[in-house]
Amino acid sequence: MLIAVLSGILFALLFLFFRLQNGWLRFIPAFLPLSLLIYFSTWLPEVAAGKEILFKYTWIPAMGVNLDFKLDGLAMLFSLMITGIGTLVYIYAAAYLSDRSQIHKFFSCLSLFMAAMLGLVLSDNLLVLFIFWELTSISSFFLIGWNTKEEASRKSAVLALAITGGGGFLLLAGVLLMGNVGGSYSIQALTAASATLKQHGSYVLMLCFVFAGAFTKSAMFPFHFWLPGAMKAPTPVSAYLHSATMVKAGIYLLFRLSPVLGGEPLWNYTLMIVGGFTLLYAAFQSLFRTDLKGVLAYSTIAALGLIVLLIGIGTTESFLAAAVFILVHALYKAALFLCTGIIDHAVHSRDLTKLSGLRKIMMPVAIAAGIAALSSAGIPFTFGFIGKDLIYEATMQTGMLAIQLTGLVLIANVLLSYAGYVAGFRPFTGALPEAYADTTKPEFLLWGPPVLLAVLSLLFGFFPALSSPLVNAVVANAGGNPALPDLKLWHGFNLILLLSGVTVLGGVVLYLLRKPADSQVQFMDRFESFSTRSFFLRLAEGIKQISHYFTHKLQNGYLRNYMITIISFLLILLCWKLVKLIPHSIDFSAMTPVSMYDVVILVMMVSAIFVLIFTSSRLTSIISLSIVGYSICLLFVFYGAPDLAMTQFTIDTLTAVLFMLILLKLPPFLTLTNKAIKIRDAIISTIFGGVISMIAFLVLQEPTHKTISRFYADNAYSLAKGKNVVNVILVDFRGSDTLIEITVLTIAALGVYSMLKLKISSSEKE
Amino acid sequence: MEFLLVLLIGLLYASGTYMMFRRSMVKLLLGLILIGNGANLLIFLVGDINKGNPPVIPRDFSSLQGVYSDPIPQALILTAIVISFGLQAFAIVLLKRVYLVTGTDDLDQLNSDDQDI
Repeated sequence: MLIAVLSGILFALLFLFFRLQNGWLRFIPAFLPLSLLIYFSTWLPEVAAGKEILFKYTWIPAMGVNLDFKLDGLAMLFSLMITGIGTLVYIYAAAYLSDRSQIHKFFSCLSLFMAAMLGLVLSDNLLVLFIFWELTSISSFFLIGWNTKEEASRKSAVLALAITGGGGFLLLAGVLLMGNVGGSYSIQALTAASATLKQHGSYVLMLCFVFAGAFTKSAMFPFHFWLPGAMKAPTPVSAYLHSATMVKAGIYLLFRLSPVLGGEPLWNYTLMIVGGFTLLYAAFQSLFRTDLKGVLAYSTIAALGLIVLLIGIGTTESFLAAAVFILVHALYKAALFLCTGIIDHAVHSRDLTKLSGLRKIMMPVAIAAGIAALSSAGIPFTFGFIGKDLIYEATMQTGMLAIQLTGLVLIANVLLSYAGYVAGFRPFTGALPEAYADTTKPEFLLWGPPVLLAVLSLLFGFFPALSSPLVNAVVANAGGNPALPDLKLWHGFNLILLLSGVTVLGGVVLYLLRKPADSQVQFMDRFESFSTRSFFLRLAEGIKQISHYFTHKLQNGYLRNYMITIISFLLILLCWKLVKLIPHSIDFSAMTPVSMYDVVILVMMVSAIFVLIFTSSRLTSIISLSIVGYSICLLFVFYGAPDLAMTQFTIDTLTAVLFMLILLKLPPFLTLTNKAIKIRDAIISTIFGGVISMIAFLVLQEPTHKTISRFYADNAYSLAKGKNVVNVILVDFRGSDTLIEITVLTIAALGVYSMLKLKISSSEKE
Repeated sequence: MEFLLVLLIGLLYASGTYMMFRRSMVKLLLGLILIGNGANLLIFLVGDINKGNPPVIPRDFSSLQGVYSDPIPQALILTAIVISFGLQAFAIVLLKRVYLVTGTDDLDQLNSDDQDI
């Protein structure tokens, strides 16, 4: 099982290195999903019998993260859709993609995505589920933005990643919360601890986070806008992502967590409200699209809303309806997407106002699309009919809400069947425009997959009992009553049949009355500035501007501004503390008495410093600097540091000499800044100096510890045979430090020497 | 005396930072040297100062006796002085080189961020 899940990731790498581009070689990748499909099918009898097959692999046991895979009805339904539709998409994509040089990368991304999806639906550990969840977001980013040369494509990929990735982040919070409260990350364990979770104070928070994850992934209002944008992807990707996989991940999560978190009014009503509103909103929006893929995108959002609504109702009937509808939708929506791709591929247009009469050049495609459209409208003898029946049955058993919900679903279904007719019939009926007359017939590998999907829709439509074992297992996993009768085609004359009839009729009437027109698109575009999409885009733009502004303010590239910022910040931090520590009186008696020559030196230094600051002469400033240095040198002499005095004297002389050496090459001092800035700088540096003085003074108040210097004082002669203790420390006790110091000096000397000798080439001069 | 030295250190730091806030590269370097001197004095001061007692062991003794200046801050300062000289020497030469190449020592004119390049 581990191999089955991870094989996609493995092959994703392999496909990158083996460029299976030419001829029939490019169909080889399709064997990956096909073999996975066969592998999962072999487990089908056991799963249908109600068994749950567990595979346990230890990964990070210390953190409770284990690669536990559970194959039950729900996981099986999704695995079969992922691999089954995956197989068709692989074949289709190999024929569809015209840029063959990139095809190996495409299959690499697609395989990674498939593996992530499989891992997502199979893992029993919520943390592992989250990892795969994020992996689907990331791999779908590459798939949606496949046409890297188109700006719109790149932008919609980023948008999709931002929305689903942001939702994933919140989902992680929800997962951690659930794990903390429930004491385990295993979904099975959490299901057992369901009552604890629901009674916990953070149940509401958990729900919010989980909903945020599921709604962003499954494109619920108000996060729905990334899905129509993702239609910029190549059509095989749209077909795969939006019929069976990516957007169904959120649905899967809600299904999976129904027995864990569901059953509370908050869970049910939130899902019903969000799902219902999305259903109606998206179904209505799909009326106003002329792009074939746009129609399909909005009808997909509506279908997702419908499934969420059904999960929210939370009865056995509604789970059954949701499970069946997931399959129904995957079959007809994938077929419609693939047909759209064929049309786009053949005549390079998806504009519904222009396409017509294409049946004359692509009859098989027309048939496949037609059957898919009928299934989406719920015509008898298609699988959609069964699905629609079950949906009405579920909504009618909701007690008080029955009338409202049934009405809502009825309206939405009429609109959806219209969308299906538009996508499945409109391009193929009527007269063939002359521009398309010499279009070549699409090859078999393009129209084969949608025809197969259409046939499956019909097969399940005639023999709905075929799907019963699987969907009944799904209902059991979601917490419904597993003892369900098999699905039946004919329930007799009742209210549900009447509702189905009304739906079909309404859709047909609407189809005959309305024609897609550009004016309708323009009408809807007027409301664009109120949409959540533009709100989100404005938000993103605002964040970008704010960060731009801050970066520019903080990283302005001026050294002194950095210094001013750093020092001011330090001052604010320190002043807060230091103000409280200011002593009220100073005890001068404990200090060394001041003698006359001390005062002379200090006065000399202070005046030299002020001269240095205010002078505009280079020579004066260097002399002042030397005076400061030599004065310090004298202080060292007075206060018992002859070695320091000698060193300071040498170094100061050398510095002065070096300065003099380049004095003529030095630029004159210019008055570059105005008075206000000078005063500001003076204030800041004065405060800084004051703080340093304060710190120094406070340090002086503390008693010093002399143990270490006592050690040197006692042992300098006995251990190192030296009488000058400072020298002994430097060359003996801390000899290695001095060695390194000498190395540093040598490097500096080399630098100085080479810099002086370096000749400037003319190109270096500006 | 300690109190006066405390004030002197503050003055050295203040004048050093003020010089470093200027736009001229030469002044930046002068400011750096001033702060370096201030730091040296600070270290010297916190090791307790006293007059005329260098940490040198008298002729007939094998260890320091009575009151003596703390040798550790002195060793530290000695290292600091020498290292800062390495920095100063290199900076002075670099300054000359930059001025020769670019014809300016205004830090603002030398400033160019990646957008300009």
